[in-house]
Amino acid sequence: MFASLHGSGNLRALAFEFSPVVEQTAPDTVTLDASGLEHLFGQEIAVAVMRRAGQSDIKASLALAANPDAAIYAARGFAGVSVVPQGDEAKFLAPLPVKLLGPSPELQETLERWGIRRFHDLAALPPLGIAERLGPEGLHLRRLARGEVERNLVALPEPLDFADELDLDYPLELLEPLAFILARLLGGLATRLATRGLATDELGLRLQLENGFVHERTLRLPVPSLDQRAFLKLLQLDLAAHPPPAPVLEVRLQARPVKPRAAQSGLFVPLAPEPVKLELTLARIQAMVGEERVGSPELLDTHRPGAFHMTAFGRGTAKTDRRPHDRVRLSLRVFRPPRAARVAIASGQPSFVAAEGVRGRVLELAGPWRTSGDWWTTDPWERDEWDIALSDGALYRIYCAPPGWFVEGSYD
Amino acid sequence: MGAAALQKQFETVLCLRVRPAPERVRTGIPELDAGTALGAGGLPRGCLTEIFGSASSGRTSLLVSALAAATAREEVCALVDAEDMFDPVSAAAAGVSLERLLWVRCGHHAEHALKAADLLVHGGGFGLVALDLGDTPLETARRISLASWFRLRRAVENTPTVLVAVARQSNAKTCASLVLECACDRVTWSGGTPLLRGMRVRVARRKPVREITACFHAAALE
Repeated sequence: MFASLHGSGNLRALAFEFSPVVEQTAPDTVTLDASGLEHLFGQEIAVAVMRRAGQSDIKASLALAANPDAAIYAARGFAGVSVVPQGDEAKFLAPLPVKLLGPSPELQETLERWGIRRFHDLAALPPLGIAERLGPEGLHLRRLARGEVERNLVALPEPLDFADELDLDYPLELLEPLAFILARLLGGLATRLATRGLATDELGLRLQLENGFVHERTLRLPVPSLDQRAFLKLLQLDLAAHPPPAPVLEVRLQARPVKPRAAQSGLFVPLAPEPVKLELTLARIQAMVGEERVGSPELLDTHRPGAFHMTAFGRGTAKTDRRPHDRVRLSLRVFRPPRAARVAIASGQPSFVAAEGVRGRVLELAGPWRTSGDWWTTDPWERDEWDIALSDGALYRIYCAPPGWFVEGSYD
Repeated sequence: MGAAALQKQFETVLCLRVRPAPERVRTGIPELDAGTALGAGGLPRGCLTEIFGSASSGRTSLLVSALAAATAREEVCALVDAEDMFDPVSAAAAGVSLERLLWVRCGHHAEHALKAADLLVHGGGFGLVALDLGDTPLETARRISLASWFRLRRAVENTPTVLVAVARQSNAKTCASLVLECACDRVTWSGGTPLLRGMRVRVARRKPVREITACFHAAALE
């Protein structure tokens, strides 16, 4: 059995909801193989299709027939739902105008001259006479008018939409039961992806909440994967960090299909964490210390002291071939924020420093190193820096900048 | 059953197995890598190494040098920073490839730092994992139970990861395979124009027991 939809709207998507074999017959017509749908819907296939069309705001006429062309012409010729009885196609299609068959202009003119205007007029003509006068095209049109043409559909490739949704019977308030639902949806998606030899690097979660709002989260992975357990744990950690503000009524999970990563490890490749496992580890640490506190530091292109920002680890930019220096460098341990200090000045130089955890006479010092920058912007800076050795045995970097003195850190 | 038969049957269970010597990796400090201060030339993989010393003792310079050497070997490193005191600018100047460094800023939570280090070591794949408790208050550091250190030690065993803990005092005790004490030997200043030239750091091996000392010079940024 075949069904044909003729009208406006996303007919193709509607057809794919009911059958994997769909033909785009014309821009306003799609035909689908409806064989077997009776096992799902009984005798109410047309009702199910039209109900779904109504939900999707699609305005179309529907016809069911034993062959595709009979369904197509019935859908184009009759409004609403038509069911063409098997064996009586010619009788059912009889009142339709011949123009629906789309004859060539010359043939159309000939048929007009003969007074052939309806399907039943053409169907009643003798085949031998049509073959002699109108050729193969005429014969084909006669068979179409009688609903006798049998052919296979030119099937469209099925769209790769990997999404599953679940309407809940009652609102979910806790994340733990939600995890069971997510596991089920993930299992289905992973299986569908695996059967097509695909993986995913992005999961989109959409939760319809009881208060009418929608809670959406997107999870991105550095490499494509099909690890359901890792996905589930990542979603759990993400929802724990960003919980929905109201009970959940509906869950929709969507996976972006991508080709799986094909990589071969070498014997001499340096050690590196497994990407999905690393993502899971980072998610766990982020849940503990905060998202913005985990990553790789990236220095900013400025002279402003200590200017850097955090970037996502492992998704960094191009590799830099940085080699360690021949000489060991003295490192600074930075106080964040800088500690406000009271500094005694003698002969224009610091002689005593007191701050939180720092107190002592200045034994040796170097400075001041006067720096400034960004004076052409709204956020200028300037400071006088000193390196000092205090009587507590430690080396510090202090600076004087509006509004006072600060200890920036200790050399270590 | 004769003694010989018993010996044969239980030999594998009763005899003490000698663990193979761990692989060593360079710290990037020739004085330490070439000498015997660290054992046989570097930090051991699959072991917990503890570096301790007071403020301005050179322990951070030693750690950053080891990070620079590890990232130069194209290994991925992690720094768990309990007190959020790491300075990316001086680390980059010391040769650390920052894009290979995972920096976990624990915001004054030593407990979070321990958990993060544990997760990273268990996750695997890191060449060097550093736990920086260098400015954690002494009382807090002392309260870290030996069980936590033992857990870290067991986690890193049989892995190619170098686990380094930096603190003011030695906390890991028996759980550390190598314990190094850093102390400032001398701070060098330039003669005429006052300028901090660097610091001479004395590194003493406290464990294994035989005490060996080495010195290196950490130069200030120019």
